[in-house]
Amino acid sequence: MNTQHQYMGRSLQAGEVSRCSDHGPNLQQPVSLGTTIMAATFEGGVVLGADSRTSTGSYVANRVTNKITALSDRIYVCRSGSAADTQNISRYVEWFLDQHRMELGEEPDVLTAATLMQRLAYENKGMLQAGLIVAGWDEKRGGSVYAIPLGGTLVQVPFAIGGSGSAYITGLTDSLWRDGMDEDSCRGFVQKSVAHAMSRDASSGGCVRTVTITKTGAKRDFIPGDEVDKLLLKY
Amino acid sequence: MSGIGTGYDLSVSTFSPDGRVFQAEYAQKAVDSSGTVLGMCCADGVVLAAEKPEISKLIEEHSNRRAFPIDRHAGAVIAGVAADGRAIIDRAQAEASNYKSFYGDKIPGHVLAERVASFVHLFNLYWYVRPFGVCTLLATCDHSGPQLHMVDPSGTMHEYNATAVGKGRQAAKNELEKLKLDRMTCKEALFSAAKILHQVHDEEKAFELEVAWISADTDYVFTRVSNEEVAEAEQAAKAAIEAEDMDDD
Repeated sequence: MNTQHQYMGRSLQAGEVSRCSDHGPNLQQPVSLGTTIMAATFEGGVVLGADSRTSTGSYVANRVTNKITALSDRIYVCRSGSAADTQNISRYVEWFLDQHRMELGEEPDVLTAATLMQRLAYENKGMLQAGLIVAGWDEKRGGSVYAIPLGGTLVQVPFAIGGSGSAYITGLTDSLWRDGMDEDSCRGFVQKSVAHAMSRDASSGGCVRTVTITKTGAKRDFIPGDEVDKLLLKY
Repeated sequence: MSGIGTGYDLSVSTFSPDGRVFQAEYAQKAVDSSGTVLGMCCADGVVLAAEKPEISKLIEEHSNRRAFPIDRHAGAVIAGVAADGRAIIDRAQAEASNYKSFYGDKIPGHVLAERVASFVHLFNLYWYVRPFGVCTLLATCDHSGPQLHMVDPSGTMHEYNATAVGKGRQAAKNELEKLKLDRMTCKEALFSAAKILHQVHDEEKAFELEVAWISADTDYVFTRVSNEEVAEAEQAAKAAIEAEDMDDD
């Protein structure tokens, strides 16, 4: 598929990569979630957070992306890496969980969702580029967070960060994290951390989305782009 | 030769005019003529016990296993055709193992029972196989507590507080109904199981008692009760039975 640009020169041939702006934006580059994602546990549940930028090269294909996807009522996943890969993996796992719920007769565990996701990530590791964080609440273990980085490891952690922007907030999250926070403190921790990553990572930006999951269900929150700066930590 | 099911009993894929599947009923008869097997759910776990009649003095004691672990938190005891039972146990073990690989957690009791039931049922659908001549009693202990399920040769599955199958099932079930199981521990249930099996057993022949349990004492791991503990329970049981007999006189 060639892009026709009205007032510039010739359009790109198939497979041709150009760094010259004569051809307009190169939309042949893969759509990626250069991203900041994170999830953290608190007393009674979890908070998931993400930025909202999807980039195709240097073009922001979507500036209000929702990177936090529901797998079931109380299990969500933060997606980073290839948008196509993570969307389709999420669809598979959502379907598996749906089927599993029927046999189980009750809501599935977060560990189950994470295990299913890991199997897909590990067994297709050659083809996929997906960094995922699965988090949610279940009756058996309460709130839990599972990180599934690129190779298909599965590791349970009190909080996890991922995506290109996470590199800039490793120190910040390590020093701000506390065990046994309440819901509001945890959400503040997530929002602040994502905001800091967005301010330094060119591939992260837009607004801050969060999902808070407890026994009573999942709640979405949204900080619009022009209010993100207010979240930055000030001494 | 004519019997009850003549003409409609040659294949499990045939119904009789009055809606019965005779092959499944004949499979049940194989179970009904085997040694008594019982299971009971107590306050702190599940106990499974099998009466193993002595077939020959040449057989090694404690061989001819009837209780099998399916996973750490689950086990089963079988009544009926032992070889058929082995096939069901193999399948149950595979189901439990695959479930853990796929879903990351131990297989719940009712899911295991349903998987075993649909496996057994499969052999009631096709003319080129015969049904299993086995009743399987499945014991599990998971986050929803101790559970006992039974799968019969037709593939029907039910959950029980306690149940018995085999030769002495009627008498055994009567005795089980008298027990207050939700207030008993597994150790107390072991004594009751030994007592019931000795009571319903045909007195002339010798038999071996095999017991297995999952309880708080075993850290909720399916374990065969040691020969010493079984012998101890049997002694106490026989003494109790004798005492009752003397009271009756």
